[in-house]
Amino acid sequence: MPLLEIRGLEKQFGGIKALGGVDFHIDEGEIVSVIGPNGAGKTSFFNVISGMFPPDDGTIVFDGDNVAGHLPNEITKRGIARTFQNVRLFPNLTVLENVMVGQHCRTKQGIWGTIFQTKAQREEEQMIEDNAKEVLSFFGTRLAGYRHDQPAFVLSYANRRRLEIARAMATEPRLILLDEPTAGMNPKETVELTELIGKLRSDRGLTVVIIEHDMKVVKNVSDRVVVLDHGVKIAEGDYDTVSTNEDVIEAYLGRPHGEAGDDEESEYE
Amino acid sequence: MSTEVAPEPVRSRRFKFNWVDGFLWFLRVAALIAIVVGVVGSIQQFADGEGPSAAAWRDLIVSSISTGSMYGLIALGYSMVYGVLGFINFAHGEVFMSGTMVGLISATMLFENGFWDSNPWISILVVLVVAMITSTLVAVAIERVAYRPLRGAPRLIPLITSIGVSFFVQYSFAGLFGVAIRNYPPAPSQLSGNVDILGIPIAGTRLLVIGVAVVSMIGLWYFVTQTKTGSAMRAVAEDKEIAGLMGIDVDKTIVTTFAVGGAMAGVAGLLWALLFRGVDFLTGFLPGIKAFTAAVLGGIGNMPGAMLGGVLLGLFEGVGPQLVLAGLGIPAVSQLKDAVAFAALVLVLIFRPTGLLGERLGSEDRV
Amino acid sequence: MSLDPLTRRWGLIGGAIMAFTGAIGMLVSFDERILISPILSLGYLTLLLAPAIAGHMAARGKVSVLEEPEHDVAQGAQKGLVAGLIAGVFAVVFMLAVNPFDLSEFFPNINDRMFDMMTFDFGLGLGSVVLIVASALAGAAGGAIYGLDDEPREGVFRSAIWVILFSLFELVVSDVIEVDAIVDLIYARGGGLHIWSAIIIGVLAWWLGVRYKGRRAELTQMAKDSEAGSRLRWSLIGVAALLVIVLPMLVGGIVNELLINVALFILMGLGLNIVVGLAGLLDLGYVAFFAVGAYGMAVLTSPLSPAFSPELNWWVALPVVMVLAAIAGVLVGTPVIRMRGDYLAIVTLGFGEIVRILILSDWLTPFLGGAQGITRIPGIPLGATSVSGTSPELFIYMTMLLVGVAAYISYRTQESRIGRAWAAMREDEDVAEAIGISTVQAKLLAFVTGAIIASFAGALFSAKVGTVFHNSFDVLVSIIILVVVIVGGMGSIRGVALGALILIGVLGGPKSQGLLGEFAEFKLLIYGAILVYMMLQRPEGLLPSVRRSRELHQEEAAQDAWLDKKGSFIEEPEASV
Repeated sequence: MPLLEIRGLEKQFGGIKALGGVDFHIDEGEIVSVIGPNGAGKTSFFNVISGMFPPDDGTIVFDGDNVAGHLPNEITKRGIARTFQNVRLFPNLTVLENVMVGQHCRTKQGIWGTIFQTKAQREEEQMIEDNAKEVLSFFGTRLAGYRHDQPAFVLSYANRRRLEIARAMATEPRLILLDEPTAGMNPKETVELTELIGKLRSDRGLTVVIIEHDMKVVKNVSDRVVVLDHGVKIAEGDYDTVSTNEDVIEAYLGRPHGEAGDDEESEYE
Repeated sequence: MSTEVAPEPVRSRRFKFNWVDGFLWFLRVAALIAIVVGVVGSIQQFADGEGPSAAAWRDLIVSSISTGSMYGLIALGYSMVYGVLGFINFAHGEVFMSGTMVGLISATMLFENGFWDSNPWISILVVLVVAMITSTLVAVAIERVAYRPLRGAPRLIPLITSIGVSFFVQYSFAGLFGVAIRNYPPAPSQLSGNVDILGIPIAGTRLLVIGVAVVSMIGLWYFVTQTKTGSAMRAVAEDKEIAGLMGIDVDKTIVTTFAVGGAMAGVAGLLWALLFRGVDFLTGFLPGIKAFTAAVLGGIGNMPGAMLGGVLLGLFEGVGPQLVLAGLGIPAVSQLKDAVAFAALVLVLIFRPTGLLGERLGSEDRV
Repeated sequence: MSLDPLTRRWGLIGGAIMAFTGAIGMLVSFDERILISPILSLGYLTLLLAPAIAGHMAARGKVSVLEEPEHDVAQGAQKGLVAGLIAGVFAVVFMLAVNPFDLSEFFPNINDRMFDMMTFDFGLGLGSVVLIVASALAGAAGGAIYGLDDEPREGVFRSAIWVILFSLFELVVSDVIEVDAIVDLIYARGGGLHIWSAIIIGVLAWWLGVRYKGRRAELTQMAKDSEAGSRLRWSLIGVAALLVIVLPMLVGGIVNELLINVALFILMGLGLNIVVGLAGLLDLGYVAFFAVGAYGMAVLTSPLSPAFSPELNWWVALPVVMVLAAIAGVLVGTPVIRMRGDYLAIVTLGFGEIVRILILSDWLTPFLGGAQGITRIPGIPLGATSVSGTSPELFIYMTMLLVGVAAYISYRTQESRIGRAWAAMREDEDVAEAIGISTVQAKLLAFVTGAIIASFAGALFSAKVGTVFHNSFDVLVSIIILVVVIVGGMGSIRGVALGALILIGVLGGPKSQGLLGEFAEFKLLIYGAILVYMMLQRPEGLLPSVRRSRELHQEEAAQDAWLDKKGSFIEEPEASV
């Protein structure tokens, strides 16, 4: 049984169909890329899976349960974590705190433990900190040492992206959704991150869905590629099959005969 | 290596029930039941010949509409500022108050030399102009001193600032004018009688209030939709940055917005004087909050909405207690007038934050 | 000589302030409070402070980050003189303009007393000249102070501040000293410092400041070091605690009464701080929870509670009141859970007002007493005695006990799993939810914790006063608590305490008097001015929390961090942003 199985996912935003009945599945341990031109509905796809918007129709079966329409925090708790296309950290929390807060749904100390400083509370707090440091060490020296106590907004762009992945990892997911993780990175950093994505699976046992524009990255990391266009899946398969698929080429380059019509689709991402 | 998908029953829309939604639904239903029971109760009372008479109901409705149209004029200021700067200008009620307070000086002087009674229309016009100028100046001054340095500050900062401004203006007026309630001279005799409209006698002042409100509204509508300044205002409301790039002087446009909103509040100040006569430095607080409610009710940022919201709110708080609460057997309902207005505010914001005519209130707009 | 536009501008602003404070009656009213007998009253201090500040600002000119500001006494004094001159002329023109008319019908405070005060009792002719000269001199002094070097300037400020503090806190100081003979040495009979005692205090402040300058730098250095810093902090907390325990024994009833009010506002401020400062939910109806506490306690303990009167013991009733407050927190919190920012503020404001109107209404009078309120609320039984407002020396300790509890709760939650969840939610609610924080739970927890702390304050309040009326719970209270939190520093416990001490202690609360109690009519004017000033100049508050000040000064911090990084040896290949 696949880890995540999606059937007929639909979502409209004010009359514009962002997702028009997408079917999708991913097995435990797979890395799948979702590609498509701007406005194809890739980010909407993530937003609906992660619960930020409820779908209009369709099922999202994660690990045997339909999670469609659940709140984002419930979905995260079940084991789906995500990052954002436009990096959304908590800029005024420190690097370490950003990751610690990711542990929220895996920990349980409430107000009583906090007020009375119970043993369980202190142990858990220590555990949260240790886990967070461990997660940060995944990125080598990038987010190490003195960086821990810096507020997140002083980080460079690449480090912000890394920190966001770290925060997602801290939620102890089984499936992680990465939205354009290499956007804005230089070639060297991109290579480094591509390796890291592989390590997410090999070292951490995560299943990864990744939205990506950089075809080199897509080629290097993915077992399978899914192509969306206008909210519909137009192709699926390994990188070589997809990259030679005529529909895909058309979606990216436009129709050869230059028909007028929906070319000016708005950029709803 | 795509795996064979196991056939599974597809049950669409199995959305998890959330207890917050449940609570909100409970509130909705409870409010609805209370309203229905109350209205039925009131109709029952009316049929039994208890409660207010038909004439009393009619007067209540007319006075509610006239009060409501005054709220509508104040609401325009909230709505326009919210549209352009995206924050609640808490001090707008004080802009309104300043108009009535200074208008009072001119009215008293006119009254004392007899001009008020001999030339009522000109006198009212003079008071109107004085109130409008005062309110406009106060609104513009507030913008210059308190809000302009805050462009681009986090959202809640201007709101908190406006609370401070509100206090400052209130108690400046308390210091300048004293804390006692002062009365406008009685309405000129030409206005104190009733006017028959379609066979229904309506108090002259109320009719004048409604008329002035409608005329100002039409004037404003013309200004915003037909003039260049108006279209600049709309452009700035849409996107300050882009408007700036298009060669619109954003600061000037914002000042204009405050000025126009202030002028409308000044008109409302005159209407307040005609309706209630008594003014003091706290006069602005309640009408201010109610006008904000009206702006939200009609859809904040939407000008016809503000006017509609004002009239509706006037009806809610004027007629609502009699119609709904009295029917529920609650004593002395007129005391609860303000509570009804606030309840309307709370319910609108909970259940329809976009208001009646509001179009959009995207997630960014509400952060 | 051409006139610097900035000097002109500050001169006009200073003059406008002089005219304004005169026209609203502030100067005349403040004139009754003597600071230094017989030469300086609070009124004249206010009158001359305006040109002095104008002169100071004129001398400062445009502040540039790149250039080291110039400090030149003569130049500063000259600019200040001009600004003060303009201010004085403005004030005189104002007086001459309004003098011919009888405006007392509309402006009761533009009267002979105002003219007498502003002309130093010399009459309009000579007085105008005196005012202009005085104003110009004040401006020159303000400008000259700016021109001084750092050290003497700080000395002047320190002396001035201590002299003013000593004269404002006359009541407290004389209570503490108690021995009449010594008090008479410092203070004149009619109030205010003697000239010589003022001079001594000023010189002492200066001398002590210079003497301990090195020591202070040492302490700041120590505070930065983590271990010594924490020791230092704890010893400071110890000293503060000791002071808090001892002070009420030294001072008399009036000051204790005042301290109780301060403590009640610290309590409510701490509660609101959780809601606004930590969780980022701007609640303008916070007074509703205070009302729940007060009325809950009144109903449960008073024999005169109209409908239901179990006459419980305060200690038994307290948990019940807490539960009631928690329920109220959920009831208010749930419907607004999806609301953000300013809409939340307005809805909570609406809730607060609804509660007050309902209390007052005939509908609930059979239960809550309506306009008559509930009276004869017993005090807090403590052993054999009953502690209430009539024994403020004991009551203050009860209040402080609960303040301690609230401060402890805030302190613990801040750096915990819950505190981090609140911080995350405050920064970006959508993302907080997406990383697994239940914002519903987090918000309700904030509302409930805040509500319970407010109910502490309410329970204390009703036991202290013995009666509860609707008018103790209007929207003003909510807003003043908010001002306390904001002025002190959102998210900061020490900030809230400082804010309450300054605002409630000196200016007074919504229904209580501060040390400047006789100026109640200008209290809210000053509150408003402080709030606006703080928002414009120092939005993070006087003693900000680290996170908050980061939030409001992100850009500067980013620059600093960049500069730091440039200077450091750590080298990393980073993408240029």
